[in-house]
Amino acid sequence: MDIDLLSNIFYAMVRCGTPLLLVALGELVCEKSGVLNLGQEGMMLFGAVIGFIVAFNSGHLWLGVLLAMAAGMLLSALFALVALVFNANQVATGLALTIFGVGLSSFVGAAWVGKPLAGFEPLAIPYLSDIPLIGRMLFAQDLLVYLSFALFALVAWVIVKSRAGLIIQAVGENPDAASAMGLPVLWVRTLAVLFGGAMAGLAGAYLSLAYTPMWAENMSAGRGWIALALVVFASWRVWRLLLGAYLFGLASILHLVAQGLGLAIPSSLLAMLPYAATILVLVLLSRDAVRTRLYAPVSLGQPWQAGH
Amino acid sequence: MLLSLEPRGQQSRLMLWCSPLLAAVLTLGCGSLLFIALGHDPLQTLYTLLIAPISDLYGVSEWLIKTLPILLCALGLAVAYQARIWNIGAEGQLLLGALAGSAVAVNIIDVQSRWALVLILLTGTLAGAAWAALTAWLRTRFNANEILTSIMLNYIALNLLLFCVHGPLKDPAGFNFPESAMFGEASRLPLLLDDGRVHAGLYFALLALVAVWVLLQKSFVGFQIKVLGLDARAAGFAGFRQKPLVWLALLISGALAGLAGVCEVAGPIGQLVPQVSPGYGYAAITVAFLGRLNPIGILFASLLMALLYIGGESAQMSLNLPQAITQLFQGMMLFFLLACDVLILYRPRLNLRWIRRARTTAVQAGAL
Repeated sequence: MDIDLLSNIFYAMVRCGTPLLLVALGELVCEKSGVLNLGQEGMMLFGAVIGFIVAFNSGHLWLGVLLAMAAGMLLSALFALVALVFNANQVATGLALTIFGVGLSSFVGAAWVGKPLAGFEPLAIPYLSDIPLIGRMLFAQDLLVYLSFALFALVAWVIVKSRAGLIIQAVGENPDAASAMGLPVLWVRTLAVLFGGAMAGLAGAYLSLAYTPMWAENMSAGRGWIALALVVFASWRVWRLLLGAYLFGLASILHLVAQGLGLAIPSSLLAMLPYAATILVLVLLSRDAVRTRLYAPVSLGQPWQAGH
Repeated sequence: MLLSLEPRGQQSRLMLWCSPLLAAVLTLGCGSLLFIALGHDPLQTLYTLLIAPISDLYGVSEWLIKTLPILLCALGLAVAYQARIWNIGAEGQLLLGALAGSAVAVNIIDVQSRWALVLILLTGTLAGAAWAALTAWLRTRFNANEILTSIMLNYIALNLLLFCVHGPLKDPAGFNFPESAMFGEASRLPLLLDDGRVHAGLYFALLALVAVWVLLQKSFVGFQIKVLGLDARAAGFAGFRQKPLVWLALLISGALAGLAGVCEVAGPIGQLVPQVSPGYGYAAITVAFLGRLNPIGILFASLLMALLYIGGESAQMSLNLPQAITQLFQGMMLFFLLACDVLILYRPRLNLRWIRRARTTAVQAGAL
């Protein structure tokens, strides 16, 4: 394997890992506050289709990105209403959100399937992008990938260093105590859910405006679910999320690697790899029940009401 | 707040059954608004969607055919969900059933004996159960979250199916289409009526309905499953062993989905194609919840869901609406159901004090 191929693989790995990273960052914040939102796949698809339609009709890619985030937030607001205000089962509500989002996006986007769009182009940073091996990977990506780097830094800082991060985690670990301390538990959780929705919408926009600039039904292909597994894989720690997202990015571009090595494996078999890898990772990390219990936010997925 | 929720203190049995109806009504209401927004006449569209497709005998038989796989999958899911095992993998289990059944069927095309059909059905059912067994094994042995593993297995099953129809199971005489050969006559489910395509799978569905009803409502195992679902710790104290129950619930779930899959290929389709299932396994999730995890409720919910499926097709043909309307209504219904379920435990109450205070403030503002 020569260095050019390796550099290409790294480049594609980051491109492929970016949507996973974006969704997983949103879900991480959400889960840190104690809410399990299984609707990522639906919000992502709705973001993708809205982003595409807006960009296609207005000609402004960034307007598409912005409205895709708004679209994700809109769906997550529905989730927050049903799961947090009405206290419905979070698992069921998340599933409903995914089923709804998949249907809604296919319905809305039916007229836009297969239309061409000039999406985000890679923007190489002079000199830096010439660094061997990692130059292309880090400095020759499109703007949304750079944005994902910035958002990662922001989320990492918020969770690890900021007061807001402490509040989110307090709410997720012990909502009763947090409430007794005067923290607005429901508001914190709602904001966390909305943030998750915006990130899922952004990830969707990345898919339909940058990764493959077009709209196709179910184009997220389970990335929303893989991102949920990623959060478990990362043991709810933000640095490992970055690592995990790119590892899964690598797993999904293995067909490139196989081509590079001259192997002829049917594409449908290689397409299974990210999913199989997800299962493997879940097995390796969940095997130790104590460990999972140690890292997962204590109140994850539990409904909560003031005054209980 | 103007409207507040007041705890009832106990479950309202009335709302327990009214909430699915309310959800269906709200979905139709929302759907009508959507049709108006799209410039269609709402009543006529609803007619095209829900009544026109079943206005003749052929339509009714198509309706029954669509109901079968959804009903079978949802019955299985109900068993798992009663135990709070979130099996999202009915779709994959269905696909595996179809795939394994077809793998046998294309090798015994020339066999004339009726045993060919029995063999195919058994293989499909077992394959579905085996696919679910993977989830059960990962859950009981490695503590891996069954939601995520079963979803991942759905994607793997779909890719496996695609691999097989493009490769080993492709019909050599099929002009390179990604389809298997047509099954032999003896491997097909017999038709029940001269008109339409209703096939013997109907018997299996009815049998499964009764069996699941007996299991959940009348048997000790069903009781154990329910206790496990309500409170896993209580089940532990009662001495119910959790792992065998998880296995059992998932195996039943998978077997029924596998049966649904193999009945599709041995019934109306007659060969393995990439689009065996237009999302039956996912629709079954909505159906299971809509039917309150109760076999009788599920029967009605799956009839409704199947109606949405054929209605979606007819709306696409005659009104040029996207067929995705089926999934859209599915999602809306489940959402409304969960939202309406709040009424089971809470009573909505108009907050008169809030109005009075608002009025006083307004009067004061007027006086100033």
